[in-house]
Amino acid sequence: MTEMYIVGIGIHPFGRTEGRSGLEQGAFAVRAALADAGLTWRDMQFAFGGSDSAGKADTLVADLGQTGIPFVNVLNGCATGGAALFGGYCAIRSGEFDLGIVMGFDKHPRGAFDPNPVDWGLPQWYGEAGLMVTTQFFATKLRRYMDQHAISPMTLARVAEKAYLNGSRTAHAWRRTPMDLHAILNSAPVNDPLTKYMFCSPAEGAVALIVASAKKARELSRARIQVKAVSMRTRPAGSFEVFAPSIDSGEAPTTTSVASRAAYEQSGIGPRDIDIAQLQDTDSGAEIMHMAENGFCADGEQEAWLAEGRTSLNGTLPVNTDGGCMACGEPIGASGLRQVYENVLQLRGAGGTHQVPRKLRTAYSHVYGAPGVSAVVILQC
Amino acid sequence: MNTQPVAPQLFATSPALRLLAGRHRESGRLVFPLPADRDTYASVELPERGTLWSYTVQRFAPKSPPYRGAEPFSPFAVGYIDLPGALIVESRLTDVEFDQLRVGQPMELTTMPLRIESDGTVITIYAFRPARTERA
Repeated sequence: MTEMYIVGIGIHPFGRTEGRSGLEQGAFAVRAALADAGLTWRDMQFAFGGSDSAGKADTLVADLGQTGIPFVNVLNGCATGGAALFGGYCAIRSGEFDLGIVMGFDKHPRGAFDPNPVDWGLPQWYGEAGLMVTTQFFATKLRRYMDQHAISPMTLARVAEKAYLNGSRTAHAWRRTPMDLHAILNSAPVNDPLTKYMFCSPAEGAVALIVASAKKARELSRARIQVKAVSMRTRPAGSFEVFAPSIDSGEAPTTTSVASRAAYEQSGIGPRDIDIAQLQDTDSGAEIMHMAENGFCADGEQEAWLAEGRTSLNGTLPVNTDGGCMACGEPIGASGLRQVYENVLQLRGAGGTHQVPRKLRTAYSHVYGAPGVSAVVILQC
Repeated sequence: MNTQPVAPQLFATSPALRLLAGRHRESGRLVFPLPADRDTYASVELPERGTLWSYTVQRFAPKSPPYRGAEPFSPFAVGYIDLPGALIVESRLTDVEFDQLRVGQPMELTTMPLRIESDGTVITIYAFRPARTERA
């Protein structure tokens, strides 16, 4: 099978852009990625794209050009971006195509998401009772984890402090102001033990990536950032995932840990070989738990890691170098690809004020979506 | 006072209050709530006591729809109860002080009013509360 390279990247800044639809932000990101690659829409042989609540990606052909290419719409909750890249990866690796685009965008109303139980195979009473709330899942999973592995609220606050600091240095981030550690810790609880400033918020934004086969990438003189693995997994039996009225007794691996192991096996790269990581951080606790689920540390070691700043930009394993979902906000269709965009930026050494100050060779990204979907991407240069 | 459960087949009240789960007829795996497909799932009653597996407090009013709870909104506790030998179920928690909740504490099944309809009907839902009575 052929290898795949990322030969162009584009982003529409995350946050809130009044007067510009999600689809328009998507088109903006596509044009930016094409310009970055020195290509045009006519060069694209296929597209995978998606948004959760801002329209159908394939309608973009009316704006970008009706060249007749297959354009597959993708919808996998917060893992939509990862799923789109998984599609592109399979298309290139199959040998059927050698140049295409993967994109995602979104634009959500303010406030928490309001999923309809029936769409998730759940009874209406589950929503009526006030249980259809994603943030409850993050908080309950975290509460148990903190108890079992001695993670303190201060560590949760440190994760958020790092996110806003990194975001303050990142052009595409939404929250651009650093926040005081104690202000985060003492802000209003939302779902205990998580406070207001430990959560990401639904937002807007778009990302596009141009992907190419090894042969095509060499032709374009852009065979630099190689995609070493893309894995995507749905929830295994017995794992505790979002929107679960019941869980099987006993411990089971999470979707994330299964997807992560698959990516390491595919790439032959292990967690100790990774230079930077973007980990799904819908909240501080998610980043903490995902550090362990993705194999970067043992359960409980996060307490020391955060206190020592090991995941800061100048640490041994910088995590969420652009501030992640907490500083960039969460446009569902775009977040997974933002992580990859950020990793490409860092590997190129083009991160500017938020560039990790040392030579980088490998970059890892992980998304998690309801109702238990995870996708992992490993890049190498 | 007219009361009505939030959904049929969610819990039995006679002879005793019990949550209803489904046991997969081939694999034996338990799921809650009881799925409608009775050819695939047999109805079974769950133990009424367990321990608090994890919890949180819902501090903001969930978006409505789908939420249809008591008004005005006041924060409520939510948790998972590990029912020994069965499975772990999600539940509203009642009769609790938020800062007294602890992972591992004994809990028991009860019901609580979820909301009152315009005609005065009280819609009830199952809930768990800290265990009060000694095991029989």
